[in-house]
Amino acid sequence: MTALLAAESVSAGYGDSRAVADLSFEVAPGEVLALVGANGAGKSTLLRVLAGAHRPSVGRVLLRGEDVTHVRDFERNRLGVCLVPEGRRLFPSLTVRENLEVGAGSRRDGRWTVDTVVDALPMLGDLLGRNASQLSGGQQQAVAIGRGLMSNPEVLLLDEVSLGLAPIVIDELYASLATVRGGGLGIVLVEQDLERTVAVADRLVCMLEGHAVLAGTPGELSRQAITDAYFGHEVASW
Amino acid sequence: MVIVNALVQGVLLGGLFAMAALGLSIAFGILRVVNLAHGEIMTVGAYLAAVALSTLGVSVWLSLLVVVPLLGVVGYWVQRLLLQRALSLGELAPLLVTFGIAIIIPNALIELFTTNKQAIPTGDLAVRSVQVAEGVRIGVLPLLTMLVAVLLIAGTQQFLARTRAGRYMRAAADDSETLRLMGVDHRRVYAYAMGLAFAIAALAGVFFGMRQGGVTPFDGQLLVLFAFEAVIIGGLGSLWGTLAGGIVLGVAQTLAGVVSPELPLLVGNLVFLAVLVLRPTGIVRSKVVV
Amino acid sequence: MEPLVPGQVRVDRLRRRMITVQIIGAGVIVALAMAPYVFEPAVTSQWIKLFYLITLATAWNLLAGFAGMVSVGQQAYIGLGAYGVFVFNDLGLDPYSSALVASVAIGVIAFALSFVAFRLRGGYFAIGTWVIAEAVRQIVIRFDSLGAGRGRGIEDYTADPVMRNLFTYWLALGILTATLIGSLFLLRSCMGVALQSIRDNELAARALGVDVSRAKRIVFVLAAVMAALAGSVICLQQIGVQSPSQIFSVSFSAFMIFMVLIGGIGTLEGPILGAIIYYVMDLWFSQMGLWYLVVLGVLAIAVTLFLPQGIWGALRARFDITLFPVGHRVVAVPHPAAPAPAAPAVRAPDPQNDTTAASATTEG
Repeated sequence: MTALLAAESVSAGYGDSRAVADLSFEVAPGEVLALVGANGAGKSTLLRVLAGAHRPSVGRVLLRGEDVTHVRDFERNRLGVCLVPEGRRLFPSLTVRENLEVGAGSRRDGRWTVDTVVDALPMLGDLLGRNASQLSGGQQQAVAIGRGLMSNPEVLLLDEVSLGLAPIVIDELYASLATVRGGGLGIVLVEQDLERTVAVADRLVCMLEGHAVLAGTPGELSRQAITDAYFGHEVASW
Repeated sequence: MVIVNALVQGVLLGGLFAMAALGLSIAFGILRVVNLAHGEIMTVGAYLAAVALSTLGVSVWLSLLVVVPLLGVVGYWVQRLLLQRALSLGELAPLLVTFGIAIIIPNALIELFTTNKQAIPTGDLAVRSVQVAEGVRIGVLPLLTMLVAVLLIAGTQQFLARTRAGRYMRAAADDSETLRLMGVDHRRVYAYAMGLAFAIAALAGVFFGMRQGGVTPFDGQLLVLFAFEAVIIGGLGSLWGTLAGGIVLGVAQTLAGVVSPELPLLVGNLVFLAVLVLRPTGIVRSKVVV
Repeated sequence: MEPLVPGQVRVDRLRRRMITVQIIGAGVIVALAMAPYVFEPAVTSQWIKLFYLITLATAWNLLAGFAGMVSVGQQAYIGLGAYGVFVFNDLGLDPYSSALVASVAIGVIAFALSFVAFRLRGGYFAIGTWVIAEAVRQIVIRFDSLGAGRGRGIEDYTADPVMRNLFTYWLALGILTATLIGSLFLLRSCMGVALQSIRDNELAARALGVDVSRAKRIVFVLAAVMAALAGSVICLQQIGVQSPSQIFSVSFSAFMIFMVLIGGIGTLEGPILGAIIYYVMDLWFSQMGLWYLVVLGVLAIAVTLFLPQGIWGALRARFDITLFPVGHRVVAVPHPAAPAPAAPAVRAPDPQNDTTAASATTEG
């Protein structure tokens, strides 16, 4: 069976500096794949490559087996790949409801509507009429995830979900994420918080300086191995 | 009574300025492009109406049905083919491109149509007026202009607030890159916004031509400055503010005209500069709507 | 390539190049100053135009290319410079001294106006300077003594046309020389570095402690003085002002922008090259009438979009040449323990190239 989304020996960077080097992985329908690594390991760049917002210098991106490497970001969204960008990037002069509606810009058929998104992310319920610029960080993140769901994607790319949020808010967001999963939605999750990543992910890919240095299910990988990969200790000897 | 009359005429003139300013405001609010050729687009609109009349005998009102959408399409493609590229080159490039257009249009118009005024007759509409008090008459055309200006502003506001395209435009103004991630090509959104700005400019240009009885190649230079002054006096980014700004400018000009027929433009400019120094945020302080 | 190690680098301000430029420049200026003894007045009077065009282009480039202020209102100062000749001439000064005194007065006016213009930024600054220019014209034509809307001639002027031409030639050359030397030293000073940091990122410059409004204001005033001097040269050459709408015409801004864009914005050499190109085009094509301006507009747009660094910028990128030592390079100092031959200079990354690269990636 072909993977939902696959990266094939992708390299990408900015100018002379290479952020992602010869990286390959696959995401199956319904799977949560976590990219783990320190700051600057190339995770965000990789997500942007998958979303079509950044062009890889080498390699291919396949969606359901079809080469989408040269499909631009807004067209790729229409094909079912949606990036929830780092820093939430809500539209500040729009209300929460309007933010969600813009997310449905290239709407595909599916279960997500404003109502079902509010069901899945209950903290949005009272906020629909509020201006996006008036929200707390956690609320913004919930809107950003909801906005991403509105296009009914097949793959959701989540960048730094918990960055800068209080633990209690993160708990709530991850609880929502559990209800969001399913229905064949593939998720690629970039997260610095190792604990949570291991708890939620079906598979992990550890990145170090643009390379994938370790991959496997949370069950297969020892904590020590992940930590070593994260910090770049003697991975080869493992 | 002379003063009261001047005030009334000034307010109505403000409607025309507000209409002229609306397109400039949309282009800046959504694309952050200051269109130095805005006045020239208005002139082109008026010329097209004049030509339609002189060659095809089409009435001004009928020609609007073609002229306004036509310049909307022109605006769409100017944005897609020229300004979009300029926007990716930094802050200077869009300005330089629109200034280039502002140089091309009047000189081409002089070569094509001479410097003579191209008449836009409106029958007796331009002279018809209603007496509202002793010494105060309201012209039908200025009143109509004000009405159209108010409707346009209200319509634009509703369009931006309530329609899907309007939502996209506001979202593109906020963060065009993220809009792309939501599956919307921001370049098309920008192009539609510029098309809207050009179409409104054309409409305003035709109304200006009707008021003046015609249009000359030199009018664009004046009009871009009027439009800009109305935008700044009204406060950047506020659509109703442009109406207030237009009215302030209109009143200043007509009051100065009471003193001497040579003064309106100078006093208008000086009022603008004074507002700039004294209240850099403009007269209407409102949340940025566009 | 010698690696750059902290503590083992020095900043090369291209001092040797500066000396060369000074010697060659002095030679060129002396030669140009002697030219009227060799060439017919008809020839040298043509050059006057070239001199003031280069002055205007350099001034506009200082504003837009180095300080990021796109002005379309420099005609205000050109016009004031021209009318300033009348004002001081009427007070009894000879026309040449009038030009110089007027330029100082206009510098003061520009300083005051900067407080108005600096309320606006970016595109609105541009259009605001245009309004100021219009207002200045409308005020000037209120004065009957200055010919009102009709323009006027210089009353008290050297009678001999040859002497008149000669003095105007020298004045124009002197102004050009002062403009170029002034710009060169301004850009080599700390101010030059500050200005470019403002152009590249005003917020960051502010955060680094650059006094942004002071630097911008100095450039604004200097550019106004240069434009005023050019305006007075125009007035002296034409023995007056034909009409206020001509000397205050926004077309001057179009010419300046065209010259700077074609030549290469943000370089000292570019405007000179651009002015020469414009001058030659003007000789050939001005009989096209106003279509000529249409062509200029089209070319300006094309260059902005497809050759944003201008002709000089393109040449420099390809052949790595500069005439004027404005920049500086960081050079590795040979390690004391292991003396190596002096390393070739490592050029600081060209900000212009960087921005185009960045925008190319986001756009694609």
